[in-house]
Amino acid sequence: MSYDVNGTAVEHDEEGYITNLGDWTEDLAGIIASAEEITMNEEHWEVVNFLRSYYEEYQIAPAVRVLIKAIKKSMGPEIGNNKYMYELFPYGPAKQACKIAGLPKPTGCI
Amino acid sequence: MEDNIKKFLYVNRKAPYGTIYALEALEVVLIGAAFDQDVSLAFLDDGVFQLVKGQNTDGIGVKNFSPTFRALGDYEVTKFYVEKESLEERGLTADDLQEIMYEDEDDDYAEKPSIRLVNRAEMADMMAEQDVVLSF
Repeated sequence: MSYDVNGTAVEHDEEGYITNLGDWTEDLAGIIASAEEITMNEEHWEVVNFLRSYYEEYQIAPAVRVLIKAIKKSMGPEIGNNKYMYELFPYGPAKQACKIAGLPKPTGCI
Repeated sequence: MEDNIKKFLYVNRKAPYGTIYALEALEVVLIGAAFDQDVSLAFLDDGVFQLVKGQNTDGIGVKNFSPTFRALGDYEVTKFYVEKESLEERGLTADDLQEIMYEDEDDDYAEKPSIRLVNRAEMADMMAEQDVVLSF
């Protein structure tokens, strides 16, 4: 199973998370997002970029409640709340945003 | 709900790499954190090596998961008991361990250290107070 990024195949698992984190590009993010029926705008990118830097620092894709709390702390309560985050990523902010950010499935996501 | 909260202790006794125990323990802690229990971690024997700062796993081709300990405060896991004797026996001191902080929600989000050094007797007392002990 793979995504087609301008002719290059990028492997992913059965849920759509990419296999090799190093394969991620912004183009790929857009392709994963379309597969999730999300059109990336500035607000989506804010969350995706936040997740990528969180992973860079802690080597972990956070569970949804941890993600929302961390976003609230860093970007304020207008963004760091359940309603806003689920509007951006209707099938789960952590799951969908992690997938688009090229990270593993969140640990502690049950 | 108070009655349903149990004291969980995860005991880490093994070095971070070479076996999967340390990483698996961390995964269980992360998953278990969803259940809002009273969680503590203990580090003793070779387990103290898990917290050593400046780990670099490039040469062994596995992921360096030590930065993840610093995220545990976000999961409300804020009690890391490290046994002094285990450090000493391995020529380590508290200065060799990475700094792990958490924000205390009950104290105006003040930053506090998660690592608490205890001696062997204190570790034993702390273990005796637990409802559930999981050893890795």
